[in-house]
Amino acid sequence: MELFDLPLIWAFIIGFGIIMYVLMDGFDLGVGILFPFAPSEGDRDTMMNSVAPVWDGNETWLVLGGAGLLAAFPMVYSIFLPALYIGVFLLLAGLIFRGVAFEFRFKARTSRYLWNWAFAGGSTVAAFAQGAVVGAYIQGFETADGVYVGGALDWLTPFTVLTGLGMLAGYSLLGSTWLIMKTEGRLQEWAYKVTLPLLAAVLVVFGIISVWTPFVDDLVRERWFSNLSVIWVLPVLTLLCAFQIFRSVRNRFEGMPFVATMGLFIFTYLGLIVSRWPYVVPPEYTLWDAASAYESQLFLLLGLLFVIPIVLVYTAWTYWVFRGKVRAGEGYH
Amino acid sequence: MELDPLILSRIQFAFVVSFHAIFPVFTIGLASFIAVLESLAFKTRNPIWEKLSAFWTKVFAVVFGMGVVSGIVMSFQFGTNWSNFAQASANYLGPILSYEVVTAFFLEAAFLGVLLFGRDKVPAGVHLFAAIMVATGTFISSFWILSANSWMQTPAGTELRDGVFYVTSWSEAIFNPSFPYRFLHMALASFLTGGFVVAGVSAWYLLKGREVEANRKALSMCLWLLLIIAPAQAVVGDFHGLNTLEHQPMKVAAMEGNWETSRNVPLLLFAIPDQENQTNRFEIAIPSLASFILTHEWDGEVPGLNEVAVEEQPPVAIVFWSFRIMVGLGMLMILFAVTGLVLRSGGRYWRTGWYLQGLRFMSIAPFFAVLTGWFVTEVGRAPWLVQGMMTQAQSVTPSLTGGMALFTLIGYIVVYGLVFSAGVYYLMRVLYVGLEDRHDEDEHEAERPARPLSATHVPFEYGDDTPNKPANQGGH
Ligand code: HDD
Ligand code: HEM
Ligand code: HEM
Repeated sequence: MELFDLPLIWAFIIGFGIIMYVLMDGFDLGVGILFPFAPSEGDRDTMMNSVAPVWDGNETWLVLGGAGLLAAFPMVYSIFLPALYIGVFLLLAGLIFRGVAFEFRFKARTSRYLWNWAFAGGSTVAAFAQGAVVGAYIQGFETADGVYVGGALDWLTPFTVLTGLGMLAGYSLLGSTWLIMKTEGRLQEWAYKVTLPLLAAVLVVFGIISVWTPFVDDLVRERWFSNLSVIWVLPVLTLLCAFQIFRSVRNRFEGMPFVATMGLFIFTYLGLIVSRWPYVVPPEYTLWDAASAYESQLFLLLGLLFVIPIVLVYTAWTYWVFRGKVRAGEGYH
Repeated sequence: MELDPLILSRIQFAFVVSFHAIFPVFTIGLASFIAVLESLAFKTRNPIWEKLSAFWTKVFAVVFGMGVVSGIVMSFQFGTNWSNFAQASANYLGPILSYEVVTAFFLEAAFLGVLLFGRDKVPAGVHLFAAIMVATGTFISSFWILSANSWMQTPAGTELRDGVFYVTSWSEAIFNPSFPYRFLHMALASFLTGGFVVAGVSAWYLLKGREVEANRKALSMCLWLLLIIAPAQAVVGDFHGLNTLEHQPMKVAAMEGNWETSRNVPLLLFAIPDQENQTNRFEIAIPSLASFILTHEWDGEVPGLNEVAVEEQPPVAIVFWSFRIMVGLGMLMILFAVTGLVLRSGGRYWRTGWYLQGLRFMSIAPFFAVLTGWFVTEVGRAPWLVQGMMTQAQSVTPSLTGGMALFTLIGYIVVYGLVFSAGVYYLMRVLYVGLEDRHDEDEHEAERPARPLSATHVPFEYGDDTPNKPANQGGH
C-alpha cells in the first residue's frame, strides 16, 4: 500500500495553484475589463503599466494548472478540455489578444485604439470563459468509461452564462481595488468610484449563483441544507469581506480593499470546493478515480516541494521591485 | 463530404505547433545574446553594449510575447484534440511538462519583467542577473519539452499496460535514446537562428550606414559564433540521423526516398517520390553515397520503405523534401560563415555590399530550416504518435466532431494570422527605428512628468512609440 494519500495532497496543490491563478491573473484581467471605461488615454497607459511587468508570471499559474492537472489528474484534463472545447478556444483566443496587446499597444500610434479593444475584449472573453468553466464544473459532465461523450455545447446553459458574468464582475472588482492600491490622483479617484457598484454587482450575481447551485445538483443541496454544519462559516466570512471592502473604500484606505477582495474570492472558492468535494469530475468521478499513477504523482511532488518555494520567493521579489505607485508615463520601455 | 476530425486535428496541431516553434528558436538564441551583451556592458561600461542590448531587448519583447501566447495554446492542445493520448501518456508527459512550467516558465516570466522594466529599479548587477536567468530559463524549457518530444520518437523507460503508459525508469525515459541528439541539434538551431537574425539586421544597418560602430561589433560577434556552430550543426545532424536510423528506420528511408532495402543506395539530390507506385520519378543521384553516409561503407545495407505495410509508411514526399531543404539551408549557412572568415582579412566583412545583402536574406533561412526539420521529425513518425506503441488515430479525442475541429482550425488560423501580421509589422517598426537615440526629437514629452535624464537609459525611458524615421531611411 502507498504510504501517503497522494491524490489528496495533489488536490491541495492543484487547488492552491488555481486560487493563485484566480487572484493573480484575476486582477490583471480585471484591469483589462475596466480598460475602456477609464477616464483618459493617459490613465489607460498607467493602468497597463501597473500590470505589464507581472502579467506573464500571473498567467503562468494557468499553465501550471493545465500541466498539473495532466500530471496528477489526467482524467480531469482529458474530460474537461474536450467537453469545454469551444469555450477553451475562446479563452485561449482571448488570452492571445490581450497578451500581445501589451507589446503592440505601446508600439502603435494610429492603431492604438485597436489594441485597446484587443486588450479589453480579450480580457473580457477570457474572464467570461473562466467563469463558464466553473459553472460547467458545478453542472457536471456526461461521461462513459472515463471519457467525455456529450456534445460540443452542452456546457453552455443559463447557469454557466450566469457564472461567466459573475466572474466578469468579480475580476473587475479585483482590478478596481488593485488600481486603488497602485495608482493615485484622478485614476485612483475613479477606481474608488467604480468599486462600490462593482461590489454590489458581485454580491447580486454571487447571491443568485448560491441560491441556484443547490438546484443544479442534489449533492450540493444535501451538503448545505441537510443539517446546519460548520461550512456555513464560509458564506459568513465572504459577507464580512464584502463589508470590509465597503468600509475601507468609504474610509479611503488604499491597500485594504484589494486584500478584502482577495478574501472574498478565497472564501467563495472554498465554499465551491466543499460543495463538490471530493468529486473532481462531477457527478461520477472522485479525485481518487481521476488520479495518475502513484509513482508519477510522487516524482513530481518531490520536485515541487523544492521548486515551488523558490518560485514564490522570486515572484514575491518581482512584486517588491515594482512596488509602490505607478505614475503616468513611467516604466514602459 | 464527411469532415474527418483526425485529419483536421493533425492539420491544426501542425499549424499551431509550427507557429509556436518559430518564436522559441529565436528567443532562445536572442536571450543568450542579450545576456552576453549585458555582461559586456556590465564589465566594460562601454555604452555601445548597453545600446545594443537595449535595442535587441525591444525586439526580444515582441517575439517573446508571441512565443508565450502561442505556447499557452500548445499546453491545452493535448487535451482538446488528443485527449486519448493525454490520458494514456499523462504518467510521463504530465510530470515532465509540469517540471517545465515550474523550473522554466516561472523563471522566464518573473525575470523578464525585471529585464524589460526594471533597468531603473534594480542595480546593474541585478539587471544582468535577470538577463542571465531569462536565458537560462529558455534552455531549461527546451530541455523538458524536447525530452517529452523525444520520448514520443524513441519511447524508453515506460511500459504500456491496458492502454496507459507507466514509468518504470525516470532517467531512461527522460534521457531516452534520441534526446541528447535532439537537444543539441535544437540548441544549435536556436543559436543559428539568433545569430543569423542579428547578423542580417546588423548587415542591413551597415548597408544604410546607421550606427556603424555598434552594428559592426554585433556583426563581428555573430560571424565568429556562426563559424563554429554552423559546421557543428552539420556534424550533430549527421549523428542525429544515424541514431534515427537505429530507432526509426522508416523515417530515414523516407528521408532518403529509399523504397527497397538494398545495398549501394545512392544519395538522391532530386526526385519526386510517388507513394502510390512506391517509386521515385526524375531521380538525380550520386551512386552509393547514401549507403556510405548511413553505414560508413559503400555497399552498406540501407532499410527501405518496403519493410512495412503501405499504410504504415509516413508521407514520403513531405519528409523527403523537408529534409533536403533543411540540409541545403544548413550548407548555405556554413558557406556564409566561412565567407565571413575569408572577408575578415582587411576588415572587409562589414563593407562588402554583396555579402551584407546576402546576410540580410539569410536572416529568414534558419526559420525555414527549423520548420522543415520539425516536419521531418514529426511527419516521419507517422502513422505513429508514440513510435511503435500508439497511433495518431488512437489518440484523437473521441467526442471531437469534424465540425468542432474545423471551427477551431479556422479560428486559430484567423487569430494567428492577425497576431502574426501585427507582430511582424511592429517588429519592422522597431527595426526601422533602430539603435539611434533621438530623445530630443518630437517626443510627446509634454504629457509626461519630467524625470532624471541619463544617457544610458534613453532607449528604455523614451518609448519607441513615437518613432520618427531618420532621413536616410528607405521605403516603409
Ligand atoms: C525548443 C524549445 C521549445 C519547444 C520545442 C516548445 N517550446 Fe514552448 N516555449 C519555449 C520553448 C519551446 C520557450 C523558449 O521557453 C518559450 C518561448 C517564448 C517563451 O515565453 O518561452 C515557450 C513558451 C511556452 C509557453 C508559455 C510559457 C509562459 O507562460 O511563459 C507554453 C505554455 C509552452 N511554451 C508550451 C509548449 C508546448 C506544449 C510545446 C510542445 C508541443 C512547446 N511549448 C514546444
Ligand atoms: C516546436 C516544434 C515542433 C514542431 C514544429 C512540430 C511539428 C509537428 C508537425 C508538422 C506535426 C504533424 C505531423 C503529421 O500530421 O503527420 C506534428 C505532430 C505532432 N507533434 Fe509535433 N512538433 C513540434 C514539437 C512537438 C513537441 C515538443 C511535442 C510533444 C511534447 C509534439 C507532439 C506532437 C503531437 C501530439 C503530434 C500529433 C498530431 C499530429 O500528428 O499532427 N510536437 N508536430
Ligand atoms: C546541415 C546538416 C544537417 C543535418 C545532416 C541535419 C539532420 C537532421 C536529422 C537527421 C533530423 C531528424 C531527426 C529525427 O527526426 O530523428 C533533423 C531534425 C531537425 N533539424 Fe536538422 N540537420 C541539419 C541542419 C539543420 C539546420 C541548419 C537547422 C536549423 C537551423 C536544423 C534544425 C532541425 C530541427 C529543428 C529538427 C527537428 C528537431 C529534431 O529532431 O532535432 N537542422 N536534422
